This record gives sequence, structure tokens and C-alpha cells, in this order.
Amino acid sequence: MAIDFTLNGKQASVDAAEDTPLLWVVRDRLGLTGTKFGCGIALCGACTVHVDGVAMRSCQTSVGDVAGASVTTIEGLESAEGRALQRAWRELDVVQCGYCQSGQIMQAADLLAATPSPTDEDIDSAMYGNVCRCATYHRIRAGIHRAAEILKA
Amino acid sequence: MLAKIKTPQISRRGFLTAAGGAGVGLAVGLSLPGFAPKAARAATDGSFNPFVLIAPDGTVTVLAKHLDKGQGILTGLTTLVAEELDADWAQMRADHAPADVEKYKNLFFGVQGTGGSTAIANSWQQYRKAGAMARAMLVEAAAKQWGVAASGITVEKGVVAHASGKQAGFGDLAEAAAGIAAPADVALKDPAQFSLIGNPDLRRVDGVSKTDGSAIYTQDIVRPGMLYAAVAHPPRFGATVASFDAAAAKTVDGVVDVVQIPRGIAVLAKDTWTAFKGREALTVEWDESKAETRSTEAIFAEYRPMLEKPGTPARSDGDAETALADAAQVVEADFEFPFLAHAAMEPMNAVVDAKPGTSVEIWTGSQLPTVDQTVAGQIAGVEPGKVTINTLLAGGSFGRRAVPNSDYVAEAVQIAVAIGGRAPVKLVWSREDDMAAGFYRPVYVHCVRAGLDADGKVVAWQHRIVGQSIVANTPFAGLIENGIDGTSVEGANNLPYKIPNLSVDLHTMDLGVPVLWWRAVGSTHTAYAVETMIDQVARAAGKDPVDFRMDLLSEHPRHAGVLKLAAEKANWGGPLPEGVHRGVAVHESFNSFVAQVAEVRVRDDGSMKVERVVCAIDCGVAVNPDQIRAQMEGGIGYGLGAAMRNEVTLTDGEVDQRNFDTYEPLRIDDMPKVEAYIVPSAEAPTGVGEPGTPVVAPAVANAVFDATGNLIKALPFARHGLV
Repeated sequence: MAIDFTLNGKQASVDAAEDTPLLWVVRDRLGLTGTKFGCGIALCGACTVHVDGVAMRSCQTSVGDVAGASVTTIEGLESAEGRALQRAWRELDVVQCGYCQSGQIMQAADLLAATPSPTDEDIDSAMYGNVCRCATYHRIRAGIHRAAEILKA
Repeated sequence: MLAKIKTPQISRRGFLTAAGGAGVGLAVGLSLPGFAPKAARAATDGSFNPFVLIAPDGTVTVLAKHLDKGQGILTGLTTLVAEELDADWAQMRADHAPADVEKYKNLFFGVQGTGGSTAIANSWQQYRKAGAMARAMLVEAAAKQWGVAASGITVEKGVVAHASGKQAGFGDLAEAAAGIAAPADVALKDPAQFSLIGNPDLRRVDGVSKTDGSAIYTQDIVRPGMLYAAVAHPPRFGATVASFDAAAAKTVDGVVDVVQIPRGIAVLAKDTWTAFKGREALTVEWDESKAETRSTEAIFAEYRPMLEKPGTPARSDGDAETALADAAQVVEADFEFPFLAHAAMEPMNAVVDAKPGTSVEIWTGSQLPTVDQTVAGQIAGVEPGKVTINTLLAGGSFGRRAVPNSDYVAEAVQIAVAIGGRAPVKLVWSREDDMAAGFYRPVYVHCVRAGLDADGKVVAWQHRIVGQSIVANTPFAGLIENGIDGTSVEGANNLPYKIPNLSVDLHTMDLGVPVLWWRAVGSTHTAYAVETMIDQVARAAGKDPVDFRMDLLSEHPRHAGVLKLAAEKANWGGPLPEGVHRGVAVHESFNSFVAQVAEVRVRDDGSMKVERVVCAIDCGVAVNPDQIRAQMEGGIGYGLGAAMRNEVTLTDGEVDQRNFDTYEPLRIDDMPKVEAYIVPSAEAPTGVGEPGTPVVAPAVANAVFDATGNLIKALPFARHGLV
């Protein structure tokens, strides 16, 4: 059946079983590949998107559950937090392989929206579910602090 | 740049053709002047190695012969070219070169390959020369155009200029330069002139595409009409398909076909999710008559008694046996190291468009593309030259994408061939496939016995290692010398400490579990055994662990140099907060030298937290200092996560771990603060991708010993309640 939702500000309609994970709809059906598949069971955060502004694991979010909702992926991340994070990530060269970084940035944008001046503990707690096998965590922390600084400037 | 999917088919002919047109202005190779007259070309060896492309718009693209799996080699090789070219960093781009052993071989390996932390080391002269050659051709073109002497022309930040006031960008000169004979030899800069090499302010060339979702990995490739494939693998290594029933799978809406391949049953569908669902609906009976059915406990039980018997010698100085018998004090420990999965973020995958008997095109991120080329050619019945490989960014690898039998690429080609090449196929492994389908750091057990004389001087060292060979039964088996697979003993048989009686020997075991190099390979276990034991010996001698090592490193100044720097930066011996303890380790791997001091809090409940790691590395000339620091940070995290709680175990041959719940990776709250320092050096550059990894676990273990008096002899630490 057709399921309608907003994707990165534009109307999207897909004919899919309601229980299809949003991840695979976004990637295979709608062709936005910035959202990554890492574990399939919400243990790594590589698939993080925003649903109505809140960070969600798209591998465990059924497309039926986002009917009528607004979904944002890394390709459509245009919030001030998102922009600041991308700039900070580039300044500090946070990325290595980069595969998890869409999810890291989506999760961090959610954190900064709620907590504009996070402590290391806030960061560890908010980012706990986002795995980086290159272990860029050291720079992810620094990147979030830097983005917070950019947002205040 | 990287966001675009390219199909690079950069043949010499293609380049020459393109050079005459508008697309490519200038291409430069190392050994052959690319655009020299035919007679001049014939006088060379005929190879043409295109590393540098200059487009009419002035952008310079460096073709990297190595896979970027996060270590930053696209940036590194681009730095080498840009330096000698005197380019502006902003005009530099990078892309992966195609698979072509003649043009793009690793000069240390003889095959095209990324591994052993050799990418910068083997390319150091080659890529600089490519940049210098392009610069010389641009200057020559400008001299001709302006009617001035080449010697009066300068190049700075991408601008070619003459004292007369004339100036031009690279793009303006590219086409004319393409018509000029490249110089037979070019002078390289004196390191004092470097402005990009060693510059900590250069940013990665892939920093933008990896933060806006546009970077393309194998997982993101889409081809017209492509089908998605999931494979049911046998539950035990070595099992084969006895029979299968695909009826239920075929009723899943969107499943297109089900085919048998040598290792299992593949379900092809219109998208990934449907392929996974179709696979769940399969019924497969496995023939396990040749399967590996041992449990890990049984494997360890078979290995342990081997420690009592002499193995094949890997090093023998003096007479360790006698010296141990005569020693005033013997310090001894056995160690156990588990199987480890690489668990890269991007599960293994490949996209294949096969025309059986005619050609094969592959999209994947491979550390050994020309090996894949051969394997794919054999499966599809074509010559390796008919196999095109498009190398994509890899979402991590840590050695997993360097498989001598090309396992996952082979699977994808087998599926494409099984459907007669009627559609391109994307093979997607789930996390569970990635975890359970093999290729692990092997299990090893070690025994180290060290003897001290009455003065506390170490006089004997006997190190025995038991484990599987990584290279045996592979095309790399030729690396075994005198019965020793160097990857089993590296880091032990090159022990730097001055000990007069020293023996290292090896028992190579046979097991049906697929094993592979895992970031830092042999050093992942040897460094742990060596560096915890030398600490034990220091303590037995009543000496400070740093001083004791320094005394034994008198003939190894680079080991001593990093140890001294790390100790200084960590304020070794200085006060620490209550409950925090220090440990140190120093190790050479891949010709680089790394020392680390770990500060570990051991809590009252016996749990621990690594709070800070101070790291010093000597890797010769530091090409990209910030990327070297990044590799130290990441290498420390990778090594620490594994040491803390990772192990792959088998129950009756079946892998127990399937996903990140049972193979819990290092998470952000586990990550210590890392300070990385680089020893200034004029030596040729050496590796940085791996050498940071093996040092952290022994440094942490030594700190834990300092806190608890217990030496952790079996990894991971989680077995001992520390995590």
C-alpha cells in the first residue's frame, strides 16, 4: 500500500509493506544512501535519521510508523546544529572511514538541539549508541564541543 | 569528486586518446614519459603509471593505487603529489586507481595491495616523482609559450609565473604540457622546502563527502536492473549444501530467484530487505561431514599442551634453556588470545556485473584488487584482464578486505554467474553474516619464561607460540620460511631487548576456522605477551618499568626515543589521582615505533576505566601529522575495545557471536583521552595504520597489575570482571 511522508522537506510516497524498515525504504527505494546499514538491530546508530526532529534508528522504525511524519536524513540536514556539526567535523577531520558519520552527526544534532552546551558526560550519554569502529570518539567529542562553540558565535 | 561513481578504465591508450581531447589535459606516470614521441616511449619498459591528472579547470586528481578504508591514504598520496607539484591544496582531488598490477602494484608486494601499513612507505618516492614530473612538464610548456627560459619560471600554490609578469594556472597549461616529453628524471625537494608534507593544517580530501552523506561506498552502488542478494551460509565452517527447499522463499513478494553457489544458497530480490526476508524463508540441509565441529575450549585444550614441547625455531641466540636452568629467578606466564572479528562498520559486500565467458565488472573496496581480479576471472571463465574492478571507499576493513581467496567478492561473482549474468548483483552481508562467516584473528597461546641472575639482570628469555598460520594454504603460503609463518611470530622474534640467551619457537596448528590478518597482525598477541612479561621481569628485578626497558634498549635508539617521549609527556613517576595507575608498553611494528603510557582507574568493585593514553610514535618523516595522530587515536581505540571485551567463540564449531550485542564494540564512554606525539625524524616514512593498535592492551594490563597485583593472562579483560 502507498505510504506518504515528508522526506527532507519533500513529499514522498512509497508502495511498501508497512513493516518494512524505514532504512531500506530510504536507501533502496528512494535512493538516499547517506543513511547507512550497520547492524540491523539498533545497536550501532549508523542508520540514524530524524523523525519529526527526533533521532531514530531507521533500521528499527517501520515505514508504516512514519506515515504523515517528517523524516530528515543526512542529505537534508539543514538545521543550524547540523551545519555547525558538519563544519566542526571538517575543521577537526573527525572522519576516518566515514561510514558511521552520517549517523553520528544526526545523533549529535539531536543532542545539540536539546543541550546547547553539552559536557563530556552529556556527549558520552547521548552518543553511546553510535558505534565507530575506527574509534574516532575522541574527535567526535571535540567536534560536538566545537559545534556548540560555533553555534554560540 | 568522490561522490561520483566513476568507471575508471585508465589504459595507456585511453590516456593518450583523452589527452588529445578536451577531457584530460595532462597525465603523468612515473617510469614512462606519458606523452613522449612514440620512439621515446618504445625505449622504455612500456609501462605507464598514471597517477596525476590535470583538468582544464585546474583541478588536479591523484589516482591512489591504495584503498582508503579510513586511514586517509587518498589524502596522504595527494599530499605527496601536491608537494612536488607546488599545487594549492584546494585544487587537489583524489580517486582510487583501477585494478592493474603493472601500473599500480605495491612496490613492496609486487601485487596491487594495501596492507602491512605500507601505503605511504612504498609510494614515498613514486608519488613525489609523479608530482615533480608533472611540475617539470608544466614549466616546460610555460617556457615555450612565453619564449622564456624554464629556469626563470616559478611555481607556487598552483600558479606558474615568470619575472616578466606572465603567469598561468595548471589548467591553462595542461594541454600544452601534455604534448611535451616528460623528463627522464626529476629532482625531488629537499625536506627543508616542504610546505605540505608535514603540514598539520591540511584537511582530508574526503572530509566533506563523508559528512554530507555523499561519499559512496560499495553498499551505495546501484546499477540498472540490479538485484540484491543475501546468502545462507552454513552454520559450521566447511559444511556444504546437502539439499534445500526454496519454495517458501520464492513466495516472498519481491524475491526473484534462488540459486546454489559453492558456499550456500543465494536469494535474489528487488531490494535488500526482501533478500533478507527471502533468506529467512529458506530451508537448507547441510552436509557437515567435513565441517569444523570443535568448540573454542577444545581448541585451547589442544593448544595448551603444545607449550611443553619445543617448536620450530624462529630465533635462537645463545642458550636459553641452560640459562633458564641456571637463573637465580625465573618469571613465567602462559597467555591465551581469542579469535577476533574485524567487525568493520560496513559489512562485507560487492556488486558484480558478469558476462560469463566475456567480461566481469566489480564494484567493491578491496585491499587486494588484483587477487580479486584473478579469482573473479576464474569463476566467470575470463582472463583477469577482462575483469574491471572499481575500487570504492571502504567503511573500515582492518584487514578483512584483504582476503587471499576473495571470499565475498567470489560469492558475488558466483551468484552473478549462476543467474547467467542476466542482471548486476549486489551481495549484501548482514552484520550476522559478517560476524559468523569467518576470517578471524587466530587463537594463540603463548608461554614466556624469563630468567634473571642474582643481580636482577635478565639473562634468558624463552617465548613459545602456538597457533594457526594465516598464510598457509593460500597464495601467500610462499611467505612461510623455514617452517615459520612470520605473521605468527612477528613482534616476538624481533624482540629488541638486549638479552644474551633468547629463543622464540612456534607450533603451527591446523584448524578449519578461516583466519586472517587483523589490524597489526602478529603484534596483536606478541606485543601483549612480550610487553606484559618485560614489565613482570622489571618488577621482579625491583626496577622501574621505564628505566628497566631503557637499559635493555641501548642498541635500539628509535624504541628508546618513543619510550622516552611518551614517559616524559605522561609525567611518568609523577603523582596521579587516587585509584589511577600507570602502565607502559613499547613496540615496533611495520617499521614504526610506538610507546604508550596508559592511565587506568581501577574501582573498588574491580571494574576499570582507561582514562588517558599518552602515545609517542616514530614513523620517519610525518607526511600528514594530523592523520598520524588520528591513526594513533583510532588504533588505540580499536586495540582497547578488543582487549576489553571482544572474543569470537565456537560451540561445537558454531560461532556464538552474531551482532554487536554479543560482540560489543568499544563505545564512546570507553574511549580514553588520547594524546599522540610524533618524534621528529628524517628517516623515510613508515606505517601508521596498524602500529598504534597492539601497544595499548599491554600498557593497560601493566597498569591493572600495578593496581591489583594480577597479571591478566587470558584476553579479553571482561573474562576477569574488569569490564
